[in-house]
Amino acid sequence: MEDKNQKKGKPIKRRDFLKGFGGGAMGAAVAPKFLVQEKKTISTKEGNIPVYSKKKISLIVNGKKHTLSVKPRDTLLDVLREKLNLTGPKRICNHGECGGCTVLLDAQPVYSCMFLAVRADGQKITTVEGLAKGGNLHSIQKAFIEKDGYQCGFCTSGFIMSSLALLQRNKKPNLEEIKQAFSGNLCRCGNYFKIYDAVSEAAKKMRGA
Amino acid sequence: MAEKKFNKKKESSPLSYHEEYRDKKTPQPQKTPSPEKERFTLISGYTPRIDGERIVTGKAPFTHDINLRGLLYGKILRSPHACAQIISMDLTKAKNLPGVKAVLQLKKEKVQYVGEQVAAVAAVNEFIAEKALKMIEVEYKTLPFVVTEEEAMKKDSPRVHENSNVQKFSDYSRGDVEKGYQEAHAVLEKTFKTEIEIHHPTETHGSVAKWEGDRLVVWDSTQAIHNVRNGLAKALNIPQSQVKVIKKYMGGGFGSKLGLNDYTMAAAKLAKITHNPVKIILSRKENSLTVGNRPSSIQTLKGGVKKDGTITSLSLINYTSGGIGRGDRCSEPMIDIYRCPHIKVNEYTVYTHTGPSRPTRAPGHVQGTFALESFLDELAAEIDMDPLELRKKNYTTKNEGGTGIPYSSKGLDQCYQIGAQKIGWHRRNKIPGQSNGRFRKGIGMGTQIWWGVGRPETLADVMLHPDGSVEAICGTQDLGTGTRTYMAVIPADTLGLKPQDITVKIGNTSYPWCGASGGSTTTPSVAPAIRDAAVKARDYLKKMAAEKLEIDSKNIGVADRKFFNQNNPNQSITFKELTEDLSREKVFHGEYVGRPSGYAYNTFGAHFAEVEVDTQTGKIKVIKVIAVHEIGRVMNKQTAESQVVGGITQGVSTALFEGRVMDPSIGTVLNPNLIDYKLATSYDSPEIEIHFVDIVDPRINNLGTKGLGEPPRIPIAAAISNAVYNAVGIHVKETPMTPDKVLQTLKEKEA
Repeated sequence: MEDKNQKKGKPIKRRDFLKGFGGGAMGAAVAPKFLVQEKKTISTKEGNIPVYSKKKISLIVNGKKHTLSVKPRDTLLDVLREKLNLTGPKRICNHGECGGCTVLLDAQPVYSCMFLAVRADGQKITTVEGLAKGGNLHSIQKAFIEKDGYQCGFCTSGFIMSSLALLQRNKKPNLEEIKQAFSGNLCRCGNYFKIYDAVSEAAKKMRGA
Repeated sequence: MAEKKFNKKKESSPLSYHEEYRDKKTPQPQKTPSPEKERFTLISGYTPRIDGERIVTGKAPFTHDINLRGLLYGKILRSPHACAQIISMDLTKAKNLPGVKAVLQLKKEKVQYVGEQVAAVAAVNEFIAEKALKMIEVEYKTLPFVVTEEEAMKKDSPRVHENSNVQKFSDYSRGDVEKGYQEAHAVLEKTFKTEIEIHHPTETHGSVAKWEGDRLVVWDSTQAIHNVRNGLAKALNIPQSQVKVIKKYMGGGFGSKLGLNDYTMAAAKLAKITHNPVKIILSRKENSLTVGNRPSSIQTLKGGVKKDGTITSLSLINYTSGGIGRGDRCSEPMIDIYRCPHIKVNEYTVYTHTGPSRPTRAPGHVQGTFALESFLDELAAEIDMDPLELRKKNYTTKNEGGTGIPYSSKGLDQCYQIGAQKIGWHRRNKIPGQSNGRFRKGIGMGTQIWWGVGRPETLADVMLHPDGSVEAICGTQDLGTGTRTYMAVIPADTLGLKPQDITVKIGNTSYPWCGASGGSTTTPSVAPAIRDAAVKARDYLKKMAAEKLEIDSKNIGVADRKFFNQNNPNQSITFKELTEDLSREKVFHGEYVGRPSGYAYNTFGAHFAEVEVDTQTGKIKVIKVIAVHEIGRVMNKQTAESQVVGGITQGVSTALFEGRVMDPSIGTVLNPNLIDYKLATSYDSPEIEIHFVDIVDPRINNLGTKGLGEPPRIPIAAAISNAVYNAVGIHVKETPMTPDKVLQTLKEKEA
């Protein structure tokens, strides 16, 4: 994962900064400390491809530490999907509208499409792939299967992660609290009513009831 | 239920928008045994999805998730203009951008809507591809455009196609409507409107194309792998045998993914040029602009009714707009569902410079049912009749309003009975709007009809391996409806096994042919085909068992992974022991061959809704919905119930929230995202109770099963509309019934 060719310590030029940031739209969200990496190029048959500033970060994903170099503009979602091959989180809207990319940052559910990877440096991330332990499904996963809390399954990872965040802070949520926990998750197949059931069942299982 | 009289009249009107969903060939009698005799253990029960674990662990491979060595990312340049002539296009700068592997001009002459594809780029990453799009220089000559139905209907508005923007595409007539109006005690005329909706599947449209020499492999987010394969072969002028289309999992389609898409062609072409696989995934905005919508409608209904509730005449004039594509035929419910001798229908498409329509879960029926069912409640009020009684009074057991051929099975009367009882129909306001106060409750209902028949010639295989493992194989696709699971349930039930004993293979054009998953056709196509194969496999094994046990194969029973002597259950042989005697894997071919002609095959249902209207804010809350459906024998109640829940949620969304908003000054969609285009959320789902009427269609197929995709999507908006009417005494007459429209309507009532 680690980019061994990168050299540290050389300041990049303002021009490179702007190029690398695609107009600087995401500039506000990134700290300057990682802008100390050099522009380099990759030669291809078609010519040289410029590669701009990258930062080496480490992410503890589903309990496993990954060190990798990312571009300042890379979202946590794209890093998880493209670099770590964790395709559970989905890119449905890519604008923080639907919750399909929900992962946990410590215990907090976040939209990984709206969260720059550099911001997650050093933090613990849980994706849907990290729930089952040793081949045993998590109670939430079992409940979603039993109660048919999905249809096409594309939003399901997000719903499961929001469920996990809810049930970690509230062991016995009522219907209103369940609805509230999913206020940031859209299911176009419209299976909310079954999802409520799944979460209540999961809460029961987790309480050992 | 079915009448014995044999009527040779044609099964359907030739003008249907839903021709695709109906079989075009004369139905042939089914060879497999009559379904009513069968007794099942797993079928009609509750079986959790066999692929549930893949979904909940995030491991189910969707098209978005396909990643290949050397993968390039494709992006599409789209027209910023609603109508323009392309004067010139310069791709040079884009081609010269490092990391760009290919640039293609896709459009040469005219663009007709904002979002129409113009050019495509393949690059080493998405960022460079998007950057390259900005470097394609296109010179347009902008032309006058029109993006709203009202403007497009005016005589001097810019033309979308060569002819006038208003084109008649459907008419129907029986009897003499004027005569019927003369016989009526009351005659009413009302206009209802519905807004354009966008499918918005969670998985945006997308394809991955890869060439292996002259052979093309495409992973596509599609409801119809075989349509895509045939479309690609034709468009690229290569044999169908050289194209393979794969779809393992798909994040929703709802009718927007039934055919070959432009971007799939672009991906295939870019992959050919670059010798690398190319992935094109559309953005949410592109999904809003270019890959379909449910056409709007402006429906003017006229109807006459006698004092005893007999409907004498119905007529409909519909103006429906699907952008540059055709509008929806909304008259089918009116033509079929109630006994009515005189009907007249005229439907017109209104073309605008916006993205083309595509079928959207129950096309035409959602709009038509909203209008018809709302209108019926007004007719009932006109003669002081219970609206449910009015429907029962005009009940028919033959299609085309009692003038056609008998329904093979129809359980709508039971839907009415169960629904009314469960919602507490007696609790409704006897006079619409009779209650007072700020928050007013009401109860209403809506009726549904749809087809839901299978496609003859659907194929499926059951393969037995000598080690006892079993495969169920069909070139169909599971949209999240549960196809995979009943494909395991049916052979498991037939062979005395468990669903987990069956490996299901679908979503690949290398598998036996099956049509598109749309129009509620999948279950009544795939289920009988797989059952046919499984019965053949069972009978083969029965013969083997009979020889081993030295008894007549007629006396062999099948259960608990065993073949046993029904007269002496202790005498048995295990499934595994039997298959060990197979020298190699054995394939049994199944087919859904068709159904007898002379009968109409339809699905029926009724939704009953309770709502609360806040007369101060205009907000409608759907409290409870009772859904009762008659779809023949249900294959798996676990997944069938989810489909009903989904249909209701989407219907609530139609009734209260959804509508595409156009900007007439710049000609683009103003809400091309999931914030401004409001969908039903977790807060909006009502309490839902589901019932299936226990009927087995005696002749539709060997399992007596019909489809369920569209039915639960159809009556819900009407049920809500009528519940609002029951609460406040006036219909809002327009979806979405947003608070502003509700308040405006209440104001009109007071005035």
